Amino acid sequence: MLAFLERLQAGQILVADGATGTNLQQRGLDRGIPSERWVLENPEQILRLHRDFVAAGSDIILTSTFGATTIRLEQAGLAARSAEINRQAVALARQAAEGTQTLVGGSIGPTGQLLKPLGPLEEADACAAFATQAKELSEAGVDLLVIETQFDLGEAKAAIRAVRSVTQVALVVSFSYDRGTRTMMGVRPGVMAAELANLGVNVLGINCGRSLEDNRKALAELRSATTLPIWFKPNAGLPVLDEEANTMYTVSPEQMGAEAASWIAAGAQVVGGCCGTSPAHLGAIARAVKAGQTAN
Amino acid sequence: MEPVLQEIYDSILNGQQKVSSAKVAEALEKGISASAILNDGMVTAMAEVGRLFEEGEYFVPEMLIAARAMQSGLAVLKPALVKADVKPIGKVAAGTVKGDLHDIGKNLVCMMLEGASFEIIDLGTDVTPDKFVDAIQNKGANFIAMSALLTTTMPYMKNTVEAIKAAGLRDKVHILVGGAPVTDTYAREIGADGYAPDASRAVALAKSLI
Repeated sequence: MLAFLERLQAGQILVADGATGTNLQQRGLDRGIPSERWVLENPEQILRLHRDFVAAGSDIILTSTFGATTIRLEQAGLAARSAEINRQAVALARQAAEGTQTLVGGSIGPTGQLLKPLGPLEEADACAAFATQAKELSEAGVDLLVIETQFDLGEAKAAIRAVRSVTQVALVVSFSYDRGTRTMMGVRPGVMAAELANLGVNVLGINCGRSLEDNRKALAELRSATTLPIWFKPNAGLPVLDEEANTMYTVSPEQMGAEAASWIAAGAQVVGGCCGTSPAHLGAIARAVKAGQTAN
Repeated sequence: MEPVLQEIYDSILNGQQKVSSAKVAEALEKGISASAILNDGMVTAMAEVGRLFEEGEYFVPEMLIAARAMQSGLAVLKPALVKADVKPIGKVAAGTVKGDLHDIGKNLVCMMLEGASFEIIDLGTDVTPDKFVDAIQNKGANFIAMSALLTTTMPYMKNTVEAIKAAGLRDKVHILVGGAPVTDTYAREIGADGYAPDASRAVALAKSLI
């Protein structure tokens, strides 16, 4: 099986996966419960979602470990089980990928706290938490690591340094531009690209964010600012609420699929979706990618 | 306006904590009234910070350092406010709802409301409906500000509104909600008094309800 970076260097367009949280909630994950808890207590559902994405055409699936740094797990009373969660999550993704060409990416999300001096978190503590998670994920056997939904350069750099202190595995770093084409801390795609260029990052990315339109603008800015391959997993549009006040995303699978060709044309090489992206949405993206490759 | 009030205003916009507290002390020495320092120097500055945030000129870091400069000035001003019997315009009990530990947004809202001369009772994170009820019953809160970042914890806003109703306190309090997944429609559906998409507009909303 060709490794992640070799496939990118060969010019392949790769399809990542869709949402973890919003899909698991639709499958019964209770309010306020992090998906990491299901890695331990309801692994069948995690496995099923991975399998749905593989069947829909994902070349890369991400582990259910977005909140599995010790800092975040502590808030759910799960910090002591961090190694178990990260290892089990990789094993579940591996199991779903078995017998296919699907790669497994280890997801690393933000700590949820701001670094000093703006917030309470010591950079050394952030680094230690990220290093622990990166070590657990890479030892369990991921093909790549994805530091995602970042908004602060300081925290992202701490995470990158931490990852590189424990492993040389392929590394994607992806930011969420939820103030349009700026993150909540004001970071622009071009600044992100310039600041992270020499830290051993292999792929730069955009995920989550706000609307599809805003994410497309951020993609154009990032493309003009870097020669690295680009990872692109936007939300399925903006969320709205149904009568029971559950969050819904109104962009249909067909609309998401129709968009995907434009993301590739704009320079994205790995495409997928974030919040609201169901296996049906992902399938539509994968079909669009495959149709584009056949046409070429 | 007195030049020193302009200097207080500027120090807050520029996020200069030490300048802010020094200039407040200077203004007090000059005999400027505590309420003029508060309203003309500080509240107007924080309103401008809010406007710049809404315009996309300021982001979270600029807002945070401005709020800290405001707080350092306010610490110097507080004894004079008490002495002059300047009352806060409202008393807000704020917290993230049960199960939600994301407090970055809630903290910004608290600071912006404080900068608009509200008194803040910060209930912290993972706040149960009972604690919000207690803040109304026993601490004199006449505003509740609830935050949720997660779609999974957001429904606890509804539980909290219901707990306040069940305690017979609904007409004693204005209820504000906010957080990434929350919307205006949702606020209406759960019986809150309003929704604000960011800390700056939370201030405008709270003031509109007084």
